[in-house]
Amino acid sequence: MVDSIFIGLSVITIGSAILSLESRELLYGGIALAISMLGIAGYFIILDAPFVAMFQIAVYVGAVAVLIIFTVMLVRAPNTVTKKETRKRKVAGILLGLSFLVLAGSILGNSAATQLKFNDTVPVFDVQAIGKELMTYYSPVLIVLALTLAAAVIGALALARREDIEERNEPAN
Amino acid sequence: MNQPTDFLYIAIILISIGIYGLVVKRNALRLIFSIELIANAVNLVIIAFSRMLPSPQGQVFVLFSIAISAAEVAVGLGIIIVAYRFYKDIDVTEYKNLKN
Repeated sequence: MVDSIFIGLSVITIGSAILSLESRELLYGGIALAISMLGIAGYFIILDAPFVAMFQIAVYVGAVAVLIIFTVMLVRAPNTVTKKETRKRKVAGILLGLSFLVLAGSILGNSAATQLKFNDTVPVFDVQAIGKELMTYYSPVLIVLALTLAAAVIGALALARREDIEERNEPAN
Repeated sequence: MNQPTDFLYIAIILISIGIYGLVVKRNALRLIFSIELIANAVNLVIIAFSRMLPSPQGQVFVLFSIAISAAEVAVGLGIIIVAYRFYKDIDVTEYKNLKN
C-alpha cells in the first residue's frame, strides 16, 4: 500500500513533468522541470538516501535549472507552440508513450518484482559508507569523473565562444 | 509502507512522458527537458533497488550519474546556443545543415 506522502509527491513530480513539456512559455517549462526534480529528491528522502537527495537538489535545482533558465533568456525563443508539431507527430508520440507505458507496466505487473519488499530490519546506511566507497573502491572513477566535468565545462565554453568579437578586439590589443 | 514496485511504476510513467516529449517536441530545449526526465527516472529506479538490497553502492552510482548528466546538460546547452547563433531559431527542424 502507498501512503499519502507518496501520492502527493507523485502528483507533484508527474504533473510538473507534463507541465514542463506542455507549458506555453519555455521559461515556465524550465521552472516546472526544476519542481519535478525536487519531487524526485523527495522520493530519494523517502528511500533513505538523504545525501543523494541533497546532491540532486544542489546539482539539478541549483545548477541545471539555472543554466536552462539562462539559456531560455539568452535565445529568446520567438514561438514555443510551433507549426512543426503536426497532428500526426503528436498522435505518434502519444501512441509511442502509451505503448511503452502499457508494455512496461504489464511486464512489471506480471513479473516476480511485485513480491519484492523493502528490508526494514537492517539499519539504514549512512553517509560514512558512501564516503568510504567513494574514497576506496571507486576513487579512480571519481578522478575520471572530475576530468569529465572539467572537459565538459571547457568544451561548453569553447563552443559558446564568439569569434567575431575576439577578432574585432585583436587590433586594439 | 511503500513497495519497490511503486517507485518502478513512477519511473515508467516518467520515461513514457520523456518518450512522448522526444517524439513530439521539436524545440531543442524541450528535447533536453525530456532527456533529463528519463535520466531522473533511471536514477529513481537505481535508488529504489539500492534501498531494497540494501547497499550503498547504488547511491554511489547515482551520484556519478547525476554528475555526468550535469556535464551533458552543460555541453547540450552550449550546442543549442551555437545553433541559435547560426539559425536564429532553436527549432530542430530548421537545422538543415545536419541533413544529408
